[in-house]
Amino acid sequence: MNLEKVFFAFFIVLALTLNFGFFIGDLDDPNHHNVYELFAALVVSLIATIMKFGDRAHIGAVLLATSLVADLQLIAAVIVWGIFVHATDTGLTPMVMSSIVSLSGGALLANVTSVIILVTETVMFRR
Amino acid sequence: MQNVIYLLLRRMRLPLIVVILAYAVSILGLVLIPGVDDQGNPWRMDFFHAFYFVSFTGSTIGYGEIPYEFTDAQRFWTMIAMYTTVIAWLYAIGALFTLFQDAGFRQVLRYTLFTRQVRAINERFYLVCGLGDAGELLVRELAERHIRCVVVEKKEENLLALALEDLPVHVPALCGDALDSSVLLAAGLKHRHCAGVIALTDNDHINLTIAITSKLLAPDLQVICRSESHDSEANMASFGTDHIINPYDTFAERFAMMFQSPSMYLLYEWMTSLRETPLTDFSSPPRGEWILCGFGRFGKAVQKSITFEAVRTTVVESDIEGTRAPESAVAGRGTEAITLYEANVENAAGIIAGTDDDANNLSIIMTALDLNPELFTVARQNLRGNDAIYKAADIDLTMQPGTIIGRRIVDLLTTPLLSDFLNLARQENETWANILVSRVAGVLSDRPPDSWTITISRGETPAVIEMLEKVCAISLGMLYTDPRDVTLALPCVPLLLKRRHEGILVPGNDTMLQPDDQLLFCGRQGAEEHMRWTSKNFNALNYICTGRDNPTGYIWRRLSKNEAG
Repeated sequence: MNLEKVFFAFFIVLALTLNFGFFIGDLDDPNHHNVYELFAALVVSLIATIMKFGDRAHIGAVLLATSLVADLQLIAAVIVWGIFVHATDTGLTPMVMSSIVSLSGGALLANVTSVIILVTETVMFRR
Repeated sequence: MQNVIYLLLRRMRLPLIVVILAYAVSILGLVLIPGVDDQGNPWRMDFFHAFYFVSFTGSTIGYGEIPYEFTDAQRFWTMIAMYTTVIAWLYAIGALFTLFQDAGFRQVLRYTLFTRQVRAINERFYLVCGLGDAGELLVRELAERHIRCVVVEKKEENLLALALEDLPVHVPALCGDALDSSVLLAAGLKHRHCAGVIALTDNDHINLTIAITSKLLAPDLQVICRSESHDSEANMASFGTDHIINPYDTFAERFAMMFQSPSMYLLYEWMTSLRETPLTDFSSPPRGEWILCGFGRFGKAVQKSITFEAVRTTVVESDIEGTRAPESAVAGRGTEAITLYEANVENAAGIIAGTDDDANNLSIIMTALDLNPELFTVARQNLRGNDAIYKAADIDLTMQPGTIIGRRIVDLLTTPLLSDFLNLARQENETWANILVSRVAGVLSDRPPDSWTITISRGETPAVIEMLEKVCAISLGMLYTDPRDVTLALPCVPLLLKRRHEGILVPGNDTMLQPDDQLLFCGRQGAEEHMRWTSKNFNALNYICTGRDNPTGYIWRRLSKNEAG
C-alpha cells in the first residue's frame, strides 16, 4: 500500500462527493445548498489540484487539467455568491442561486472525469 | 522550460497545501465563532468577510476588526489564525527561495536557458568545445567578426571569464562535459545553422570523442580538432575529420618558413595576425649551429623541420632515453651554464627553449643570453597568463600553442582560400615574395591587413552578376576601384583568383571576372566594406565601369531617354 496513493485518491474522491453534496437539491432553492459545503468543496478541490502538481505522466497531466477546470468553476461560483450577496443588494434570489449551483454542476462534471481517470488508471495497473 | 516548471510545482506541493489548509481552518473558525454586531445582536461572520479578514491578516497588513468589533472568543481565534497563516506564508516563500538557491535547480535553469538561446540562433554558428587559451582567443576573434559561437566547457571558472568579457555578439555557454553527446546536441550539434564543430580541449582523447560524435550524428558538419600527438591525429583523420591542428607542427612549419623565405613568412604573419595587434617587423633567424633544449613533442617537430632547412642542432635533454633523443644529445636541463657550455653555446647562432615548463624556458633563455648575447632566442610559452614575463624577457620568437591554434582556426573559418594561396605561393621564389610584401606594405597603415574572400555569385555580389549579364564584362580592377573616387584604387591587393579547381596567384587588374570566381584579397582594414558595397550596388558599379551616373528613377529614365532621342 502506498500512502501517497491513498491521500491522492482520498482528495480526488472527497472533492467529488462534497461537490455532489452541494449540487444536489432544487436548483434555485437556497435552503438546499449549504455555503459550508461549497467552501469545503473549494478547499478540497484546491488541495487535490496541488497534489497533482509535478506529475510528468500523460495521465497526470490530464488529471491536473480536469482538476483545474473544477477549481475554476467553483471559484466562479464563490465569486458569484460573494458579489450578489455582499457587493450588491440582490441577495440570494432563485436566479442567483441557480447560476451558482449550475457552475458547481460544471465542477461536478470535471470531478467525475477525474475520478473516472483515476479508476481507469487503477484498473489498468492491477496491483 | 517544461522541466523547470515541473520541478518547481513538485517542490512547491507541500508548502502550498500548508498555506491552503491554514487559510481554510482560519476562515472556517471565524465563520463558526459567534460574535455581536454594533447593536449588540448576535451575529456570525460570513465567508466573504472571513476570507477578507484572513487575507489581510495572513499577509501581515492588518486593517483591524471588521465589520464589527470582535468578541473575546473571536479575538482568541484570530490570534491562532494570525500565527498559523503568517508562518504558513513564511514557510512557502522560504521553500521557494530555497528552491531557487538550490544548486541542482539552478543547473536545470541554466541548462534550460542555454538550450533556448541555442535554439533561437538564426544565423550560422560554430560549436566550440573547450575554452582554454585557444578557445578563448577563437571565440573573441570570431565575435569581433560577428560570427556566432556556442561554447561548451567543463570548468566553471573559464566560463566566468567569458561572461565578464564584453563581446560584440552574445555567446551562449554551457558548463558541461563535451564527452556526453546529449550536451553536444543541446549545444546545437544538429541545429540547422550549425556550420561546424571545433574541439579544442587539452585532451586528445576528448577531442577525438567529440570529432567522432559529430561525424556520426551530423555527418555534414565541418569538424576541426586540436591534437598534440601524431597517433591521435591519424586516428582523427581516419574517420574524416576536416582539419586537424597540431600546434607544434604548425609552429615548426612556420619556423622553417622563416629560414626558407622570410618575406613569405612576413606575409603569412601579417595575414594571420589578430586584428588589434600592431604591425610588427621581424628579424630572420640566422643559419648555423642551434641549441634545442627539451626534446618532447615540440622539440621533435622543430628539429625535424629545421634539419630540413639544413640547420644543425644540438639537443639538450634531461631524459635522453625516455624521449629517444639523438645520441649526440647533451644531458641536462639547459638551465645551468655548464650544460649550455657543453652544447657549445659561445659559437651557437640561436637557442630554442622548448620544455613544458615556462619558468625553465625563461631560465634557459636568460642563462644563454648571459653566455652569448648574440643568440637568436626562441621560447615555448605554455600558459597565456605568462604573457607579461615573456614580453619582458625580450625573446625574438615566442611559441604559444593556444595562440597558434586559435589563429589557425580563425583563418580556416574566415578565409578558407588563404591556405590555397599559401600552398601555391610556397612554389614561388623569394624575389616574388619580396615584391608582393612591398606591394601589400604599400597599402597598409600601422595595423595588420585584413584578408577576405569574395565569391562572384548572385547571393554575394548581385551587382556584378547583373552587370555581367546585361551590360559589359568586368575586370578585376573595377572591383577594387574606390567607389567614392574612381581615379583611386581601394587599399588592397588581390592575392588569389580561384576558378573551378585552378588558382591564379596575384591576378592582374585586367583579369576578366566570371561567375563563381572566388577571390582572396588582403588590404587595409575597412577596405572590404567598400568593395562589398560596390559589388552589391548596381549603380555604384555602373558608375565605376562606365563613368556615368545613370538615372535610376522611372521619370528621370524617361526624361533622359527623350533627351537622347
